[in-house]
Amino acid sequence: MALQVEDLKVHYRTTKGDVRALDGVSFSLADGEIMGLAGESGCGKTTLGKSLIRLDGRMRHVGGSAVLDDEELPIGDDRAMNARRWKEVSIIPQYSMSAMNPTRKIGKMTAELLRSRRISYRDIEDELVRRLELVGLSSKVLGNYPIELSGGMKQRMVMVLSTLLDPSLLIADEVTSALDVTNQKAVAETLVKFRDLGFVKSMIVVTHDLSLVYQIADTIMVMYAGRIVEKAPAETVIKSPRHPYTQALIGALPEVGLEYGTERLRSIPGRPPHLLDPPTGCRFRDRCPLAFEQCAEEPPAVAVADGHEVSCWKAAN
Amino acid sequence: MGRYFRRKLLIYGVTFVIAVSINFAVPRLMPGDPVARMLSRNKVANPESSEAMRAYFDNVFGFDVPLWQQYLNYWAALFKGDLGVSVYAFPASVSSVIAGALPYTLALLLPAILLSWIVGNSLGAMAARNKWLDNGVLPVGYVFTAVPYMWLAILLAWVAGVILGWFPVAGGYSFALTPTFSWVFIVDLVHHWFLPFLSLFIVALGGWAIGMRNLVIYELESDYANYLQALGAPRRLVRRYAFRNAMLPQITGLAVALGMVVGGALVTEVVFAYPGLGSLLLSAINNQDFFLLQGILLFIVIGVLVFNFLADVVYVLVDPRTRLGLEGGQS
Repeated sequence: MALQVEDLKVHYRTTKGDVRALDGVSFSLADGEIMGLAGESGCGKTTLGKSLIRLDGRMRHVGGSAVLDDEELPIGDDRAMNARRWKEVSIIPQYSMSAMNPTRKIGKMTAELLRSRRISYRDIEDELVRRLELVGLSSKVLGNYPIELSGGMKQRMVMVLSTLLDPSLLIADEVTSALDVTNQKAVAETLVKFRDLGFVKSMIVVTHDLSLVYQIADTIMVMYAGRIVEKAPAETVIKSPRHPYTQALIGALPEVGLEYGTERLRSIPGRPPHLLDPPTGCRFRDRCPLAFEQCAEEPPAVAVADGHEVSCWKAAN
Repeated sequence: MGRYFRRKLLIYGVTFVIAVSINFAVPRLMPGDPVARMLSRNKVANPESSEAMRAYFDNVFGFDVPLWQQYLNYWAALFKGDLGVSVYAFPASVSSVIAGALPYTLALLLPAILLSWIVGNSLGAMAARNKWLDNGVLPVGYVFTAVPYMWLAILLAWVAGVILGWFPVAGGYSFALTPTFSWVFIVDLVHHWFLPFLSLFIVALGGWAIGMRNLVIYELESDYANYLQALGAPRRLVRRYAFRNAMLPQITGLAVALGMVVGGALVTEVVFAYPGLGSLLLSAINNQDFFLLQGILLFIVIGVLVFNFLADVVYVLVDPRTRLGLEGGQS
């Protein structure tokens, strides 16, 4: 088991009170597993990804734990986390286009970053060049400034840089959002290749794009309002989701080959609840077509099949 | 890049020609007649001798030819380095009058601008990551920057000069002394120099510090800083990058500020009666001294143009992003 997250709670401090972006999240990630993490905006996907590597200034670790390779990650302790970052947990950020210092040549920046972690650039340079070639970049990019690269090149550069020290866990945060469709496919395939070549052991791919993540992920976890609603093998989530929210999400996807004509795609009416003061019980209750009295109580995560967990009273029964 | 600089040089050249032409026109458009003023100063009442003297002065100042020829003569003299004869300090040449005032202005402004830039930037960079400095020291900077300069200078002269009596409030040196290269004179010079310098330093300091603080905070919160920290980079590295990137606009700012060096201290020099170019400019205007006025304005124009060009060059050198744009790359 590569990663074991137990009842993780991370809040955002605001002047109006704590926003409970992650409110008791538990899941595990197997060695070599690529897990897609899906859900609407504001449901806690990115917060979960960030929690595992670096909390930003407003985020506060309230409770719960994350164990990576049998060692607990000191989530709330920025200094202690530093030793684990990049080497054990790494991230490909949402903003790859602007992730590199614009006034430093990429090679120099990489060398300075490595030196600050007490790693010799010279020892790793051959491997770096080999990996650059693997993603279709020439070693010349190391002599370029970030601005001299195209968007797709920057994305690939950041992917190589983030995985250079062979981290155990990689968080890919909306990595395809800023790219066109052909680049999206290439990036997704590169992620799989990195896993297959052992550059990273397991991966959490945070995304809005269920159809894309379906192609590369082994499992998909769906979040809603700071909680996990369903986790299952990718095939199962797409073909036979059990939670009404997952069903609604899948139902909102267009299908290739179908003629929609004037018919509108279905969407989920309403919006996610505010996490400043989340409702009790099932948080999807207000938007759920199947809601009944029992939904006022919080539904437990129930394993309906092997590796398929759902938090819903209807699905469990 | 060569094309870029050629084009810039052309633009600066055109600006120079236009500025010099305006410079020629402005004093001549001012009301009043400098020669009549000189005559009245010399108390020439006899109409006959007055006529002769007028003819003489018109000839000396070159007023006896049509305007277009004056204009051409003006350009020709300019290239020979001849700025004409001063009316107000007749018969001294404009060049020598300016040369006498220039050291005072430079000695006042160069240290004030450079020191305030260095100290202000360091202070701002520190304030960006230090709550105490940010809340305690910077607000003082805001006040000094917001206060009208004139008021601050007068207040400074009044408190440190009149009430406390620590510093003299007027002149470049004591009238009792003659300029010599001796310790007594140098100490006296510095003594007179300090208050005007301090007033300029204080006012500029706050501006630099505030700008630098905001720039550093912006850089520290930028995407690359976040990414580096996510990869476990120590704060030292992130801060170094942020500081370096925040310096870029400040370097251009310095070059532009230095461009103002020649004409910028008018108010200071008036308040502290300091014998620099600023006071000279005022005298030239008051005395309708065309040539002196032209000479000083020319200095200001050249100063601004040279330092702006320098700013362009420096920016291209320090920021790879601008360089790339010039080479036809895309961002």
